[in-house]
Amino acid sequence: MRFDDEPVPGYPLPILPGHTSPGRLERVLRGGGFAITAELEPPDSADPSEVYRRAKVFDGYVDAINATDGSGANCHMSSLAVCALLTRVGYAPVMQISCRDKNRIAIQGDILGGAAMGVCNMLCLSGDGVQSGDHPQAKPVFDLDCMSLLEIGRDMRDERRFQSGRKVSFAPRVFFGAAANPFGQPFDWRAQRLAKKVAAGAQFIQTQYCYDVPRLRTFMKEVEDLGLLDKVFILVGVGPMRSAKVAEWMRSNVPGVHIPDAVIKRMAGAEKPAAEGRKICTEIVQEVKEMKGVAGVHIMAYRQEDSVPEIVTNSGVLQGRVPWYPGRDGAAPEVAHIPPPVLAAV
Amino acid sequence: MYAVRRWSVRHARGLEIFYQGFERAMVALHPLWKAIGYQRLEKPVAVVEKAVKGLLFDCQMCGQCALSSTGMSCAMNCPKTIRNGPCGGVRANGHCEVKPEMRCVWVEAFEGSQRMQAGREAIKVVQFAVDVRLKGSSSWLRVAREKGQPAKQEATA
Repeated sequence: MRFDDEPVPGYPLPILPGHTSPGRLERVLRGGGFAITAELEPPDSADPSEVYRRAKVFDGYVDAINATDGSGANCHMSSLAVCALLTRVGYAPVMQISCRDKNRIAIQGDILGGAAMGVCNMLCLSGDGVQSGDHPQAKPVFDLDCMSLLEIGRDMRDERRFQSGRKVSFAPRVFFGAAANPFGQPFDWRAQRLAKKVAAGAQFIQTQYCYDVPRLRTFMKEVEDLGLLDKVFILVGVGPMRSAKVAEWMRSNVPGVHIPDAVIKRMAGAEKPAAEGRKICTEIVQEVKEMKGVAGVHIMAYRQEDSVPEIVTNSGVLQGRVPWYPGRDGAAPEVAHIPPPVLAAV
Repeated sequence: MYAVRRWSVRHARGLEIFYQGFERAMVALHPLWKAIGYQRLEKPVAVVEKAVKGLLFDCQMCGQCALSSTGMSCAMNCPKTIRNGPCGGVRANGHCEVKPEMRCVWVEAFEGSQRMQAGREAIKVVQFAVDVRLKGSSSWLRVAREKGQPAKQEATA
């Protein structure tokens, strides 16, 4: 879809009535499109071209790119920096903000900084515990949790003030999101917790990996009963598994990931496990698209990012729509102003 | 202590009734606390509060007690100190992602809240981030002062 008011790449879109951000993701969602977001693994590198290379894989298949913030408590390039690079050429990033590594002073600064760099979507997370990453000796901050972060972000935007009450002269025009895990215990409490996030300011939700569609259906029904479906856009998290072994490992080692035995069994019995993983993922995308209240999918193809085009194409969910990417509407934008990395020590 | 902490959650309703009475008494005694001086009372009351709530809830003395809203399960025992849990990392057996040997304090909180009356609804309200300056101070005195003050102003008006 091409917007009538398509700006110069890297410039914000006009904010439509009822919208809070000048971003593409909010446009697509509020326009009733089935949105696709994908997770970019930030590089362990200071080379900006690495970020563009990783983003290019998604060209024409995703509406927004999530830049993770030290996901799994592992150290990578910061989400703010990845987003700043992406917005320079017009991509729509979702800046993930974790409460694990920064206190409220740093986080509020990043919200302003991110918005100033053209970031229109921010995902507020509590964050994984430091024990799960490569620096278990680090100090966990957790000054805020995802809910208080949402409240603070919303107040910065709508009330134009920091948590301290001090004024913000130009509000960050941000579409705020949060995570949800319908597949984590306690099941009875998950929809209710989503209601709290919406009350705190969440406008969109990206869920944990979905491999259990019946469980998601139950959750969505509870969300509907709480009257939340017209208050929040829900993007269901999906991702291809590489093999039964990886699936087994994920289920026992990645916090909050639930993979039913039947799915693991299907993977184990497959001749080409990776292809089977992509097939399962594609089927789940198709299935959740038909579910009431599901506004899109969030593809987390960790270390198989190049499988995203195949999954999106085979699922047919874009129905001919081509999400924006640099160069879609003609010449690719200038990236000459991005300095090359320093290759040799001075 | 972990076992006592879990006992408290199982008896959340009884503790809720007890605390409601206790809070009323603390607020009613506001003029007395004021006469003695809240400053002077802070230290000894905090010591008692820490001893009592430390035993019952493994209280961390955040100074902004939310036990009535968290099913009598202290949120500050969450390794991520999440005031609005549970996070997405809860294990299939209801245990904590960070401390696998411990039951998630928010799984406990939800169970406790279902036994309570006001607590059943209170857990649905978003709790704001803690003010770290209040750490170590008495929540009991803060409540007495905050709730006692307006009542007194009305009385003199």
